[in-house]
Amino acid sequence: MIDIIKHFINVISNPTISFTLLTVLAPLLFPPTDWFEKYHFKFGFNRLWKKEGAYFMFSCITLFLIAGYTDEFAIKILTKPDNIPIVLMFYLIPLTLWLAMNQAYNNDERLARGEAPLEQNDPKDKVLVWPDLVYIELICLLLFMVFLIVWSVYIGAPLEEPANPAATPNPSKAPWYFLGLQEMLVYFDPWIAGIIFPIFIMGGLMAIPYIDTNKKGQGYYSFKERRIAIFIFMYGWLALWVYLIIVGTFFRGPNWNFYGPFELWDAHKVEALSNVNLSEYLWVKAWNQGLPENILAREFLGFVVVILYFVVPPAILAKTYLKEFYLKIGSTRYSTIMFFGLAMLSLPIKMYLRWTINLKYIIAIPEWFFNI
Amino acid sequence: MADEKKQNPLEKIANSQVWKSIFRTGIPVTRRQRMMAILNNVFLHLHPVRLPKHAVKIKYTWCMGGLSFFLFLVLTISGILLMFYYRPTVEYAYTDIIDLTEQVPLGVMREIHRWGAHAMVIAVWLHMFRVFMTGSYKPPREFNWSVGVLLMVITMFLSFTGYLLPWDQLAIWAVTVGTNMARAHPFIGHEGPGASLLAIGDINLVHAGSDIRFALLGGRFVGEATLLRFYVLHCIGVPFIAMILMAVHFWRVRKDGGISGPL
Repeated sequence: MIDIIKHFINVISNPTISFTLLTVLAPLLFPPTDWFEKYHFKFGFNRLWKKEGAYFMFSCITLFLIAGYTDEFAIKILTKPDNIPIVLMFYLIPLTLWLAMNQAYNNDERLARGEAPLEQNDPKDKVLVWPDLVYIELICLLLFMVFLIVWSVYIGAPLEEPANPAATPNPSKAPWYFLGLQEMLVYFDPWIAGIIFPIFIMGGLMAIPYIDTNKKGQGYYSFKERRIAIFIFMYGWLALWVYLIIVGTFFRGPNWNFYGPFELWDAHKVEALSNVNLSEYLWVKAWNQGLPENILAREFLGFVVVILYFVVPPAILAKTYLKEFYLKIGSTRYSTIMFFGLAMLSLPIKMYLRWTINLKYIIAIPEWFFNI
Repeated sequence: MADEKKQNPLEKIANSQVWKSIFRTGIPVTRRQRMMAILNNVFLHLHPVRLPKHAVKIKYTWCMGGLSFFLFLVLTISGILLMFYYRPTVEYAYTDIIDLTEQVPLGVMREIHRWGAHAMVIAVWLHMFRVFMTGSYKPPREFNWSVGVLLMVITMFLSFTGYLLPWDQLAIWAVTVGTNMARAHPFIGHEGPGASLLAIGDINLVHAGSDIRFALLGGRFVGEATLLRFYVLHCIGVPFIAMILMAVHFWRVRKDGGISGPL
C-alpha cells in the first residue's frame, strides 16, 4: 500500500504533472476573477485558509516527511546537510501562507460587513514601545537564539571532501536558494536563466509599488481588494520560485534528470533528448529543405514570434478586455506590467513547448550565443 | 530617607550614580520615563515611542524583519570570531574549517554562522512575503520596498560568497555552477550574446581572460584568487553595502509612515 502511494507521488512529482497541477490550482486557490472565485468556494478551497486547512496542510507535510525519513532513497536527500533549510521551508512556507491568507479572509469578511480591518489604526489606542515592543523583541530574539544554538549543536554544518577541481560531482548544484534559477537552465540558455531572468525578477519586484496603482489594502492583510496582484505574486512566488527550488533540490539527480522523491538516483537512467529548434521545424520539417546559410533568414520566424509575443497581446488587450485598465493607468505603467508579465509567463510557456513538441530554441543562433 | 532602606539590591544599582549616568531615565516606571527610555537610547530610538496595537503582534509581523536584522548581527559576530582562525588560501582553508570544529573552543561557531546564514535568507524572503501580503509597499513606502529588494539580493550574494570559503567539493562546484552564468552575460561575458561585437578589428575585447566572470573569479576558473576575492567580498565588501542600505531601510521605515499599518 505504502509502496503504491510512494510510486504515485513519484509519478505526480514529475514537473510535467506537478507543475500543471500547480498552475491549474493557482487560480482556484487565489481566485483572480469572479468566475474562479465561484469555483473557489464551490470546491471548498476557502476552507484551506481556515483552521481545518492548517491541520490538513500540516498533516500532509508531516506524513510526507515521515514517509521520506523512512524511505531508503528519500532520506539521502532529506538529510543532506545543505538541504536542511529546505526541509524547514516545507513548514515555513505553508505556515506563512496560511497566516497571511487566514488574516486576509478575516479582514475581507470584516470589510464586507462594513467594518474596519483588524489592523485599523486608532490614534487614541496606542501602546508604548517600552515595554510592549522591546520585551517581545527580547523574547523573540532569545527564543530564536536558543533554536539556532540547538540546531547548530545537533546538526553539523555541511562539509564534504576537500575541493578537487578534477572531480566534478554529478549532479553539480548551485546553492539551494539559486536552484530555481538552475532549474530554469533546463528550458533557457544561461544568458537568460542566469542573467536576464534574475535581472527581470529584481526589476519586476522593484517595480511592483509603481505599477500597482490600487490604493486599497494598504497596511493590512486582505485578499479580495487586491486579488489580481496577489494572484500574480503568488504564482511567481510559489510556482516559479519555491516550486522550482524544490524541483531543483529534490527531483533532480545525475545529469539533471528527473527522479521522484522515493526513487534511486541511478546515474545510468536514460532520458531521450531529441529537442528540435523552431527553425528546423520550419525549414526541414514543414518546408522540407535544408537550413539556409544566412543566419537571419534561417531564424526569421523565431524573431517574428518573439516580437509578436511581446507586442500583439498587450496591444489587443489594451483595445478590448483591458481597455478601461489601460486608460486608467496610462501607457508607461501598462507596458511595464505587460513586459514583466509576459517575461514571467514565457517560462511556463517554454516549459510546455519543451514538454509537448520538444522545442529547444525559438531563436537558435549558437554562433552569436543568442538562443532563446 | 525611609524609602531608601526598602530598596532591593537591583534598585540600588539602578539608582546609583554610575547607572544613572548611563541610563539617564532611571527605572522606566512612569509613562514619561518609559517614553524617555526609548528616546534617550541611541539603539532603542530606532523605534518610535508609541505604536499602534496591531503592530506589536507576532501574528501581524511574524517578526521576520527584526529577525533578519538580528541574524545579520549574529552573523557579524560569529563571522568575526571565525576570521580569527580562518585563512583564505587553498592550502589552509579546508583544514582551518575542520579545526574550527575540532580544535577551537566553542567549536559551534561555524555551525551558527552557516545555519544562521540559511535562516537569514529564509527570513528575508518571508519578510518580503509579509510586506507584500499586507500591501505595505504601497505609497508612501514604494522606495523602501525597492531598497528592501536590493537588500534581499545582497543577502543572497552574501550567502553565495560565503559558500566558497570552506573550500570543499560542495563549495567550489556550487560556486562554479553559479559563476558559470556570468560567462553568458550579454556583452560583457565571453559566451554571451553581443560579446563578439565588442571588438577592435580582429581583436576581441571580451574573451575568457577579460570578461565579467574573470573579474569575479580573478582567473579563468575557481581557484586561489577566487577564494581571496570571495573572502574579501564576503567579509568587507558586501556587508559594507548591506549596512548602508540597511541604514537607509530602517530610516525610511520611520520616515515613510512608520511601521506598516493602515494609514
